[in-house]
Amino acid sequence: MFEIKNLFVNYGGIEAVRDISFSVEEGKIVTLIGANGAGKSTTLRTIAGLVKAKSGTIEFMGEKITGKDPASIVGKGITLVPEGRKIFPDLTVLENLKIGAYLRSDDISKDLEWVYSLFPRLKERSWQYGGTLSGGEQQMLAVGRALMSRPKMIMMDEPSLGLAPLIVRDIFSIIKEINKEGVTILLVEQNANMALQVADMAYVMETGRITLSGKGSELIDNEDIKKAYLGK
Amino acid sequence: MEFFHQNLSYFLSGISVGGQYALIAIGYTMVYGILRLINFAHGDVFMCAGLMMVYLSSTLPFTITIPLVLLLTVLLGFVIERVAYMPLRSAPRMSVMISAIGVSYLLQNAALYFTGGLAKVYPEIPFLSNSIVIWDATTRVVTIVTPFLTVVLVILLTLLIKHTKIGMAMRAVSRDFETSQLMGIKINRVISTTFMIGSLLASVASLLYFTNYASVTPTSGAMPGLKAFVAAVFGGIGSIPGAVIGAFIIGICENIIKGGASIFGIPGSGWTTFSDAFTFAFLIVILVVKPTGLFGEKAVDKV
Ligand SMILES: Nc1ncnc2c1ncn2[C@@H]1O[C@H](COP(=O)(O)OP(=O)(O)O)[C@@H](O)[C@H]1O
Ligand SMILES: [Mg+2]
Repeated sequence: MFEIKNLFVNYGGIEAVRDISFSVEEGKIVTLIGANGAGKSTTLRTIAGLVKAKSGTIEFMGEKITGKDPASIVGKGITLVPEGRKIFPDLTVLENLKIGAYLRSDDISKDLEWVYSLFPRLKERSWQYGGTLSGGEQQMLAVGRALMSRPKMIMMDEPSLGLAPLIVRDIFSIIKEINKEGVTILLVEQNANMALQVADMAYVMETGRITLSGKGSELIDNEDIKKAYLGK
Repeated sequence: MEFFHQNLSYFLSGISVGGQYALIAIGYTMVYGILRLINFAHGDVFMCAGLMMVYLSSTLPFTITIPLVLLLTVLLGFVIERVAYMPLRSAPRMSVMISAIGVSYLLQNAALYFTGGLAKVYPEIPFLSNSIVIWDATTRVVTIVTPFLTVVLVILLTLLIKHTKIGMAMRAVSRDFETSQLMGIKINRVISTTFMIGSLLASVASLLYFTNYASVTPTSGAMPGLKAFVAAVFGGIGSIPGAVIGAFIIGICENIIKGGASIFGIPGSGWTTFSDAFTFAFLIVILVVKPTGLFGEKAVDKV
């Protein structure tokens, strides 16, 4: 469904992503794990169209989407929940959700209901400004906002970052639930343990390269991974 | 009451000029809000609207000229943004500012070329130019119309920003370009719309302002532009209500100073000379006391 081939991305002189290739199967949860600075965010931002690739191709549903602008990528059905949530603090919760559906002109009330059923707290706070929510609520809002575009594939950049363990568990169970509804998920995490537990397929990134890949359940028992990322 | 009655004409023209500054100031504050750019060319766009009126009304009836001037000014704002600012979207802010200064001089020089440097007589617009007497004070209809029209336009603009899709996009883009793009918003479209709204309001302001001032020169936009800018800073740049309130305060204070001789019983008319100096002294005081202005956001820069 989704495939990256030989992707290179530079920032000025810095090679942030060097020749990575991977694919995401429809309906699966795929995770990209790795230390800080490995190039995970850069990869997602390139897919989303925020950063231009130096070379390589990105294909989605049989169509080349390399170099397209962010609005067309969203239009094709790929959304990014950015690192640090990036909700709009002076828009209300409801407006934040509505703006997620910016490109749609059909009725969004069903999707709004769905998001509210996934995150009942957002419904209670729909008239509050986004900036007044707690970190966990903001992450829920960021995910809900992305769902409002009705994506085929949703990319999440470190959704567990800075959240309390209990909230992290909530977020991961929501990720599984969204996936059950048929949305393909590309998940970037430093929290390798949680990510590997939910992932069908996992890729490990180190300094711009993919150094290891395998089923989530396999990598979780891999000795190198245990040492490097699971702190065991 | 007697005092108010005697000086009514100063209050009236203060409120009227304040409304005109407000309409110009909105353009400064909205563009600043979205691009963090002080659009130095805005006052000159206002002047160009005045000149367009002069030239077009000499051959066309007002029913055509007025909408045409509004339309052409909107187009001018759009073109300036596309040509002079959009290519510099990722350049340092200083470069964009220099580009804005360049556009300002370009417009003034173009106006100089077309007018030959002569003051062009502004046409008498029927109804707006008519005289009326209010409580013994003689004034033009435009003086009375301006504050009402300003309030109506500000309400419409507020509704647009609060309750429409494009308004929501404007609020989002003024916060965060990148996340707005992730929502599928085409930021260049939103920025163009902002410039077009600012130019439309400046064009309306020019109709009202020049009707009271009788002539247009290539530098006619400089002073009202500068005062509207001061109003925007006073109100807290980026804030629309701030700009509107700031503009009314400056317009009224300026005219009270102009009328100072009679209001405070000081002989001679020397005070009028100082009304502009007052405006800028005012700005300095405000920036010292409250750098963010009346309604300014705290020093949070773009996140
Ligand atoms: N905007 C940028 N400009 C220059 N270098 C950047 C920029 N963003 C990231 N980098 C660099 O690219 C590399 C990869 O960063 P990133 O993709 O954010 O890694 P990760 O998300 O895995 O922590 C790092 O060395 C980082 O310093
Ligand atoms: Mg990152």
